[in-house]
Amino acid sequence: MKTFRIGGVHPAENKLSAAEPIKVAELPKVAVFPMGQHIGAPALPCVQKGDKVKVGTQIGKPMEKALSTSIFSSVSGTVLKVDTVVDASGYKKPAVYITVEGDEWEESIDRSDKLVTMAEKPELTPEEIIEKVKNAGIVGMGGACFPTHVKLMPPPQFKPEWVIINAVECEPYLTADHRLMLEKADQVLVGVELLMKAAKVTKGFIGIEENKPDAIKLMTEKCAQHPNIEVVTLKTKYPQGGEKQLIDAVVRRQVPAPPALPVSVGAIIQNVGTAFAVYEAVMKNKPLFERVVTVTGKQLKQPSNFLTRMGTPMSQLIEACGGLPDGDVKVIGGGPMMGKALINIEVPICKGSSGVLIMSGDEVRRGEEQPCIRCAKCVSACPMGLEPYLLATCSGKKMWDKVEAEDITSCIECGSCQFTCPSNRPLLDLIRLGKTTVMTNIRARQMAAKK
Amino acid sequence: MSKLVVSLSPHVHSGDSVQNNMYWVCVALVPALICSFIKFGVGAIITTAISVASCVFFEWAINKFMLKNPKCTVSDGSAILTGILLAFNMPSNIQPWIIIVGALFAIGVVKMTFGGLGCNLFNPALAGRAFLLISFPVDMTTWPTPGQGFGTYLDAETGATPLSIMKAAFKSGNPDLLKELPSFYDMLVGNTGGCLGEVCAAALILGFIILLVKKVITWHIPVSILVTVAVFSGLLNLANPVYANPLAELMSGGLLLGAIFMATDYVTSPMSKNGQLIYGVAIGFLTVIIRAYGAYPEGMSFAILIMNAFVPLINNKFKPKRFGEVPAKK
Repeated sequence: MKTFRIGGVHPAENKLSAAEPIKVAELPKVAVFPMGQHIGAPALPCVQKGDKVKVGTQIGKPMEKALSTSIFSSVSGTVLKVDTVVDASGYKKPAVYITVEGDEWEESIDRSDKLVTMAEKPELTPEEIIEKVKNAGIVGMGGACFPTHVKLMPPPQFKPEWVIINAVECEPYLTADHRLMLEKADQVLVGVELLMKAAKVTKGFIGIEENKPDAIKLMTEKCAQHPNIEVVTLKTKYPQGGEKQLIDAVVRRQVPAPPALPVSVGAIIQNVGTAFAVYEAVMKNKPLFERVVTVTGKQLKQPSNFLTRMGTPMSQLIEACGGLPDGDVKVIGGGPMMGKALINIEVPICKGSSGVLIMSGDEVRRGEEQPCIRCAKCVSACPMGLEPYLLATCSGKKMWDKVEAEDITSCIECGSCQFTCPSNRPLLDLIRLGKTTVMTNIRARQMAAKK
Repeated sequence: MSKLVVSLSPHVHSGDSVQNNMYWVCVALVPALICSFIKFGVGAIITTAISVASCVFFEWAINKFMLKNPKCTVSDGSAILTGILLAFNMPSNIQPWIIIVGALFAIGVVKMTFGGLGCNLFNPALAGRAFLLISFPVDMTTWPTPGQGFGTYLDAETGATPLSIMKAAFKSGNPDLLKELPSFYDMLVGNTGGCLGEVCAAALILGFIILLVKKVITWHIPVSILVTVAVFSGLLNLANPVYANPLAELMSGGLLLGAIFMATDYVTSPMSKNGQLIYGVAIGFLTVIIRAYGAYPEGMSFAILIMNAFVPLINNKFKPKRFGEVPAKK
């Protein structure tokens, strides 16, 4: 069975909500839309206080001549204010607040359940698909939130060969992608075909880990009608959902060290959620304003998967699952390996919110730090072939040139090293410090060289 | 409203701990200890107990009185492990005060002087043994013969070991002396003289399996040592029959004990897989050289100590294969 070739760990899967069908979450009273929900420049609000909006109305325009994308309202109602909000990243962002009134959709959106296949729209050109994806504000929905239309237009020196769909969902607890495949398999596959056409490639792969046998079976059956798309069963191992790891696992090619892009080895990676969003945008004219979110945790009464409108506060979803448990808890936006701990549960669901995970204080308490015993388990676990013990120690000693020479910028911050460390050392904390500093130094040098 | 805990990812941990690894190594050594008790009697248990107790005592005392460290490091289990391994490298009929001197050197000089767990350059138990071997060569090289009853301790009768037979054969140039070597079955179950932990090959291999299954160590170091010794001593044996055959080399002396439990010591072995292979090959090579041409019949411990000194260099030179450096292949 295929998997990536270097490192990896196997955290307890804890897919508590895997058997829970997707439920439609209730509409919030006030929806909040941060303008920076993607990598790049934040969108510019294009509504004002008092404006009436419908579901699907554009409220944020992409910043021109920059990596940016649009934001759409997920609710109908009145703009309450244009202000700022602290979102799941912990940073303050410009945001549009909308008071919800009813549920009136833009007429242009096709709300029927009818499947639209490629055969019904043979006239679609790659450029039209990319344009629609761009105008729908679609970003990578696995969590990185890179604007999808940019990914579909690689620099001219690269020729994409494959579209690889990331259906790995290697983060423990999360089941949003799993449920989406089970419930919207046909739509996802049309989405994959659209992505393949847009990227002008003839081969598509869907990488699924073996811990989702039902999804593998269903997708393989459905692929009988889509001969260009192949389901690849992958051995369950973290961080297989990392872009570089997935390419290595599926097509046995390794993306060179940063700043090389995945497309330099011919692969374009898209998340399943993104493929579904592309289907809806192109075939149903529906911009990206809702997504599947897993709300889970061992203390929750009812772990669930919700089809959630963007802008819904996380607290509302947690209430719908039985509310926060007593005592100290950690609320994590995303999975337990790479998710961010939240300082405020009122933060809105955004394009990249794959899950809300609630863990008790005891579950997440870090063990007492002990001296490094040089067991080399971090070296074995690192999927990038780095030496975490060395990077962490040297970062702690502020040896920035040394860590740069030891390829610290290749670190994908997956946390495998810290997960596996028997001495409970804060390896990734220190490596992040080193990586951020080195990146700043590199940028400063580039600026100096330009002058 | 409950309090929100905030920290950086990852938010979960494997649950592995230093103690876990140390205690599993101790568990993996238990079969060899039981075997040693059966062959050499209660002396094996007494020697091990004295060694463990003195290692733990010295670490505690140095922490408390010299370093004034409020956090005692004894509970991490490494001193216990050093104690067991030190005892395993001595004859079971050794005088108790010699054990205590060895423990003081191992813990006091080799481990704590360098900064305690994780900082020592040399394997404490092996350095302690080497110190004793040089200081008390007679006591350290007169080994009891097995099967003298469970009550045997200081009064044990001593005899030749497989390695001393091999050395004698090589020195005299008479391959017929090798016929006195015990049979492979005897070496497998421990019916030979030697240090208390090294004689029973089967028990040590069982320990190896435990360590592999519990993922305490990987195969790289032990296998590279064993393969190198087998190949190199096999070549010598083909060239000249005064050298013992490779299987006897593998199963005699401290080779298995060293390859499985000593060379794999986390602190004093290389970090990358290719570094570990180089380290293993070098140890195997040095062991055969020392066994054949050195002054002592036993080469494993010196080979490991020599290579310990090269570990920082190996770590610097042999990096793990970085992701993405492989040329694109279909």
